[in-house]
Amino acid sequence: MLVELGHFAMILALALSAAQAFFGLTGAALKRERWMSVATSAVTGQFLFLALGTATLVHAFVVNDFSVKYVANHSNSALPLFYRVAALWGAHEGSLLLWICVLGVWSIAVAWRGAKLPPDYLARVLGVLGVVSFGFLLFLLTTSNPFERLLPAAIDGADLNPQLQDFAMAIHPPILYAGYVGMSVSFAFACAAMLEGRRDHLWAHWQRPWTVMAWAFLSCGIALGSWWAYYVLGWGGWWAWDPVENASFMPWLAGTALIHSLIVTDKRGLFKSWTLLLSVAVFSLSLLGTFLVRSGVLNSVHSFAADPARGIFILSFLVLMIGGALALYAWRAPSLGSDVGFEMVSRESFILFNNILLAVATAVVFGGTLAPMIADTLGLGTLSVGPPYFNPSFLVPTLPLVALLSVGIHARWRRGQLSLSKQRLLGTLAIALVVGLGIVYGIYGSTRLMTPIGAVLGIWIILSSLVDPLLQLRKRIALPAGVLGMTVAHIGVGIFVLGITFVESSTIERDIALAQGQSHTIGGYEFRFLGVENMEGPNFDGVRGHVIVSQGSKVVADLHPDKRRYFVQGTVTTKAAIGAQWNRDLLAALGEDLGSNSWSLRLQYRPMIRFVWLGAAIMALGGVMTLFDRRYRTAPVAATANTQTTGDPVQAST
Amino acid sequence: MSAARIRQRLLAAVFAFTMLGAVALAFAVDNTPQFADPVLQARYYGLTHELRCMQCQSEALADSNVGLAADLRMEVHKLIESGKSDVEIRDFMVARYSEFILLRPRMSLRNLWLWAAPGLLLIAGIVVALRVLRRRAQLPISDDEVS
Repeated sequence: MLVELGHFAMILALALSAAQAFFGLTGAALKRERWMSVATSAVTGQFLFLALGTATLVHAFVVNDFSVKYVANHSNSALPLFYRVAALWGAHEGSLLLWICVLGVWSIAVAWRGAKLPPDYLARVLGVLGVVSFGFLLFLLTTSNPFERLLPAAIDGADLNPQLQDFAMAIHPPILYAGYVGMSVSFAFACAAMLEGRRDHLWAHWQRPWTVMAWAFLSCGIALGSWWAYYVLGWGGWWAWDPVENASFMPWLAGTALIHSLIVTDKRGLFKSWTLLLSVAVFSLSLLGTFLVRSGVLNSVHSFAADPARGIFILSFLVLMIGGALALYAWRAPSLGSDVGFEMVSRESFILFNNILLAVATAVVFGGTLAPMIADTLGLGTLSVGPPYFNPSFLVPTLPLVALLSVGIHARWRRGQLSLSKQRLLGTLAIALVVGLGIVYGIYGSTRLMTPIGAVLGIWIILSSLVDPLLQLRKRIALPAGVLGMTVAHIGVGIFVLGITFVESSTIERDIALAQGQSHTIGGYEFRFLGVENMEGPNFDGVRGHVIVSQGSKVVADLHPDKRRYFVQGTVTTKAAIGAQWNRDLLAALGEDLGSNSWSLRLQYRPMIRFVWLGAAIMALGGVMTLFDRRYRTAPVAATANTQTTGDPVQAST
Repeated sequence: MSAARIRQRLLAAVFAFTMLGAVALAFAVDNTPQFADPVLQARYYGLTHELRCMQCQSEALADSNVGLAADLRMEVHKLIESGKSDVEIRDFMVARYSEFILLRPRMSLRNLWLWAAPGLLLIAGIVVALRVLRRRAQLPISDDEVS
């Protein structure tokens, strides 16, 4: 009965999303204030019904109601409570519901925080969000209903995929979705500006914090996914250029371009149409990430037909949303030109290159991901595109991007005046060269060309980001939150670059058979295998191995890799054991029992892998810090482009 | 449960989760015997990382626990042992399984667009950027907008 109530609540939410879309958009067009206020109320109402509907499903999971088909398929009475709740987004229907709920939360946040926005602009933003919500709810209710009953009820559930029974995986989807969905808020701001036909660029000021917030969530979500893959899948890789990973990476790359172009539009009134186009692109890539990967179209064109109803709905929705937004863009963009100039070398020109390079990077990932499908469709035969293609190709745009960063942050707006920063730039570069080459050849000793380049550039980014803020602090000049956030985010980029450089060039990986008591040494670390013992968990059993790692005579890691067999699905999963230290990870994973106390093991030494996720987290932190800048707290309507004064978030003004 | 059922389940799990930004993969430790010669072992490592598991979504031969992948690893091992070069081994695999098995697409005329794309896109991007820059540099620089 409860679940039916939940189902009904979702139908009401659908009706309210339609009201939100209609009254928001037409109310603003016809300038009817009461219609516009209906849109705001509809957001709240929709949120309440979404929460109610979701709560009934969560309840069904908690009480093990296996008469609900979705619960029966993805949960089990032996599953711990935490994972029973997280199993809600364990498959298609529930993750779609999660998407919609996250949109509900973002929408209500916009409705509340947006009280200071012009009412007709806010109404349009909410109207566009209503359209998105309507589309998703309709998709959920017509093709992917998680409230469906199962008659007769199952005796017990089919269990959640064991690899998802993990803390990082349980929180990864909500965070990633907060990013994806946040990008539709950014999109709604851009669409509202186009619908209204605004000639100014105030919308960029309003759109900016929402986009940065979404981008920060997306960064964390992707990093969490990578971390999960690293330790749960147990093969030690942190990024496989898998279509699914790429699908989340593309909106991130384009979103990174967007948060930079928004700065230029906000501050200088430039690149208006480009920023709008990027907003549409980021949203489209998020939709593709949510939808197309799921449909299986990225793996094979043929599997798209597996569920025609879903496929056709997805395709029509994509065409309508993206096509509609592009048509709107084509209509408005020509009137958005600006006659403001800047010098060849200036902050604007560097951000222009940032955007071009990030757009190329997005296109490279896009092309590589879709290449198998393209080749298949064009009759060019079957094709696989894996890391050996992506790694070198991705460097083509990103190496110049990383190399230009240090210089770019020292360029002034309008006129670069780089000569003023020449000393600091060259000084930090000299230190980076000494330290970077010292680490590469003194400690790691790599023969690859990219290693010294990556190390030097990474250190240079960190030092050149730090130098101006540090000098200002010494002069006791208070730094605005925007400048601090930018500095932190760029330091995150530097740390990220360092992590990738060392983990990709100095990792040692060895698959080896070891008998109890035997040892193997890689990279100066001796891994000694002490055998296995049986283990039992709430819904699995298995074996736990014991490996002791020592360096010289000192024990540095005590590892317990395990191999679990989950009862319900009979799936066997391996969990690698990781001995982590800030500058390296030591991994051991159990392979197979080779008989007579002998096992195959995968041993790995991965230097500086922590820097990869740390870098991503610091980037996200930097983004969040910029949100505390004063310029966002002043009433946005009053702050026109010509009266901006202090609290300039991107100008490192020395 | 038969191997095919497991695979089917796994595949279903993969599709069920593709949306979430991570794929459930089946991971394995390579049981193929090691080469005593580190040069041969390095070649084996390289080859098993650039050939794909034919039944997995996106896994290299080296990382897959599917039976066929283990057989192919053994095959690569034997071919190296019998003195075949990397090129010969790749050709052998392509002849048997088509180019689908190569994670690094061949630099052939047919795949030219794929390999040329990053460079061409970069050049196109720089051309566009320079045109925008040249136009903007001629426009008046208003000083009142940014403090």
